[in-house]
Amino acid sequence: MVENRPWVTYLTHVMLVVGVLIMAFPIYLTFVASTHTLPELLDRPMPVLPGSHFIENYSTALTSGVKELGVSVGRMMFNSLIMALGITCGKIFISLLAAFAIVYFKFRFRMFFFWLIFFTLMLPVEVRIIPTYKVVADLGMLDNYVGLTLPLIASATATFLFRQVFLAVPDELAEAARIDGASPVRFFLDILVPMTRTNMAAMFVILFIYGWNQYLWPLLITTDESMYTIIIGINRMLAVGDDFAEWQVIMATTMLAMLPPVVVVVSMQKLFVKGLTETEK
Amino acid sequence: MEKRVVFGHPVLPYLLVAPQIAVTLIFFIWPASQALFQSVLRQDPFGLRTEFIWFENFIELFTTPAYMDSIKVTVVFSFSVAILALTVALYLAVQADRVIRGGMAYKTLLIWPYAVAPAVAAVLWLFMFSPTLGIITYTLEVLGYDWNHKLNGTEAMMLVVVASSWRQISYNFLFFLAGMFAIPKSLIEASAIDGAGPAKRFWTIVFPLLMPTTFFLLVMNMIYAFFDTFGVIHMISEGGPAGATMIMVYKVYEDGFRALDLGGSSAQSVVLMAIVIALTVVQFRYIERKVEY
Amino acid sequence: MAEVLMKGVKKSFGKVEVVHGVDCHMEDGEFIVIVGPSGCGKSTVLRMIAGLERITKGEISIGGRVVNNLEPAERDIAMVFQNYALYPHMSVYKNMAYGLKIRRMPKFEIEERVQKAAKILELSEFLNRKPRQLSGGQRQRVAMGRAIVREPKVFLFDEPLSNLDAKLRVQMRLEIRRLQKRLGITSVYVTHDQVEAMTLGHRLLVMNNGNMEQIGTPIDLYERPRTVFVAGFIGSPAMNFLTAGISADGTSVKLTSDESLLLPEEFSKYGGREVTLGLRPEHLIVNEKDGHIKFKVEMVEELGADSLVHGYFGSENTILAIRVPGTMKIKADMNLQLTCELQNLHLFDPESGNRLEV
Repeated sequence: MVENRPWVTYLTHVMLVVGVLIMAFPIYLTFVASTHTLPELLDRPMPVLPGSHFIENYSTALTSGVKELGVSVGRMMFNSLIMALGITCGKIFISLLAAFAIVYFKFRFRMFFFWLIFFTLMLPVEVRIIPTYKVVADLGMLDNYVGLTLPLIASATATFLFRQVFLAVPDELAEAARIDGASPVRFFLDILVPMTRTNMAAMFVILFIYGWNQYLWPLLITTDESMYTIIIGINRMLAVGDDFAEWQVIMATTMLAMLPPVVVVVSMQKLFVKGLTETEK
Repeated sequence: MEKRVVFGHPVLPYLLVAPQIAVTLIFFIWPASQALFQSVLRQDPFGLRTEFIWFENFIELFTTPAYMDSIKVTVVFSFSVAILALTVALYLAVQADRVIRGGMAYKTLLIWPYAVAPAVAAVLWLFMFSPTLGIITYTLEVLGYDWNHKLNGTEAMMLVVVASSWRQISYNFLFFLAGMFAIPKSLIEASAIDGAGPAKRFWTIVFPLLMPTTFFLLVMNMIYAFFDTFGVIHMISEGGPAGATMIMVYKVYEDGFRALDLGGSSAQSVVLMAIVIALTVVQFRYIERKVEY
Repeated sequence: MAEVLMKGVKKSFGKVEVVHGVDCHMEDGEFIVIVGPSGCGKSTVLRMIAGLERITKGEISIGGRVVNNLEPAERDIAMVFQNYALYPHMSVYKNMAYGLKIRRMPKFEIEERVQKAAKILELSEFLNRKPRQLSGGQRQRVAMGRAIVREPKVFLFDEPLSNLDAKLRVQMRLEIRRLQKRLGITSVYVTHDQVEAMTLGHRLLVMNNGNMEQIGTPIDLYERPRTVFVAGFIGSPAMNFLTAGISADGTSVKLTSDESLLLPEEFSKYGGREVTLGLRPEHLIVNEKDGHIKFKVEMVEELGADSLVHGYFGSENTILAIRVPGTMKIKADMNLQLTCELQNLHLFDPESGNRLEV
């Protein structure tokens, strides 16, 4: 704003604060709910200030979960963590290799592979659920971590990001390394990878969130409760119907489910923003 | 886009691309082609008999009222989400762009909802609107309105739209902010000197320069609404009541996994594939022009 | 012995030939500068010596060994790049040690070499810093350090000073020359700056449009340029070129309808020919008594020690530039008489551009 009108600035701040509050309100409420007992919640209207049963609810959630579910939230968080880390590390690993090959090597089928990988950018898992399910089932990977992770590392966003990063690395660096006697692999490990550390970190943040928040795929793949991810777990907890749901534990679980991705975003905000803006190019 | 320096190793590149290609072929190309293949077959649930029926599945789809309804629902849903998320985000971004102090703090506070899974966002809003103990439900009751999204289709649609938009606001906010940051301050100052007030400056300069960003976000929001919102629907309404929130991607799941209509579900998958390819192509075409802006 | 031999070296990209045949024999310890305008092919030639470009035709040998099919790392060469090409995430020490590390040199030997090079280049206190913490000149020295520690047979320089400011360039020029003299390693240096070339090289290889125009010592190129291009490229300010005709008997060259210059006897065999006459600004002397060339001053650039005077001569108003001592006060619109010593006349064939020899 060019003009210097203090009251407009004041108003702007007010609107922003209102915006922040509205965005935060659902979370606040959830937190409040997770600190009361069920009867307190059912007593309409539900309280809007935090209660005193924080420890009780959260420990129940973590150790035993909801009665009908049969699996603890702690276990489900573990599953989610494995899945998220598996997807993140798997994707970064294969993308680095593939991007390196496509940028720095001349080989037959190079363009073909490039377009093949590009093609995967366009089709999210939701449009191929049934046949992918069949493939995973045929490979005997239902209800295990491999089946949970592997199909989701196929898409190419990370490959494209790394490709762009590698293309921006000056040619002379590779030439100097070549004269220094570095083989392609050494060049990749000693020079390229360390140079792209920030991009990898940004990708890590984005992919971790993507992996943790997966819904459709874990829903299909896991039938055994001990393999539920935490988000699926919440759904199962609600499945008993509105009137019987143990809302206080469910809300505690929800808070826990939100925690890792939010912590990652807030603590690595710069990387998160970088990763988001660069993958969408 | 070529590097001047290329290695000419005979075997290594193939080894390097192998993992990605392998995963792509097994979990991507093969299933996608299977979906295509299945969509032109009719198979009974026991898999005993398969008939090659060409485009019958597709014709059947487009003449089934349930599917046409689903298309309508999806269109309404995605446009609502896009419009709601874009306008709120734009407003907040404009406000945030204006403040000099505290800008970073607002940015942090407004972007973290994106970290929340769509499905979890659904739970948050479901909780507030729960007919049993939702606080907003209670407030509406006091005001004389009886909210029950389990029975009322429009209410269900409103709920899923709000739940889906909530986290997209963060995403759009981020990109709008970046887009405005890229507008040279000198342009704003020049127009101020020319006599334009803040509102006029916004509509005649800032907004037109944000068009590429807006367009980009529109496409991204549509893609989000079409595909990433499965969790929202599944958590809140499961496509109901009576198909009021049966968006296309949910229908694929419903028909494929619940009703076990593989042919129909595959045909729907193919339709969705076509849509997403079209959207992506549009986006890439436009991004190319965006660079020249 | 680290002599470099280039025999009929040609380079094509697809169907387009960009280097049309370079022959050169570089002695061990010689400093050769390949100089020419942008796009003349000099960098391509350097890269072919380095092994970064494949040689389409011809042969290059280093130290008696034909290297056409050898990888850069196997040719025992080291290269200093225009953009330094330092590994940004490694310290100065690591940058210099990298090539040696790959060759599995023992640690203590690496340490010894790096410290020695650092001392020569005055980098000892920067060994632990990263490239981004150094200035342009310091980075360039690290790039040279990386080359020195390898103790190669040949040093290759690809326009290393182009990214430095003018003052630093002059300073670094001297340093490079001192270094090469001290280490005595055969060096091939590419630049587009003819002043750099003249001051650094034992011999210069002038290229234009993929062709090798001339190879010789700086003075050779200055006094006896073989083509119009070399004549115009070497020497600053550039040589003046005039179209002229040799008289029928070959004793004088006619500049305009009424002005001629005497030629030394030797040119008689070219009697009656049209030529391109080259006269360097510093060789056109103001001589009111014997001057044959009537010169009208348009503009004077006073540089202090010298002045550059621009003006016209003759009926067709041909443009000329002359260099005079700064003490001579010349003003615009003055009329001067110029003369030129016979041995400073350069005659070239107007079509081929080649020097007319006697």
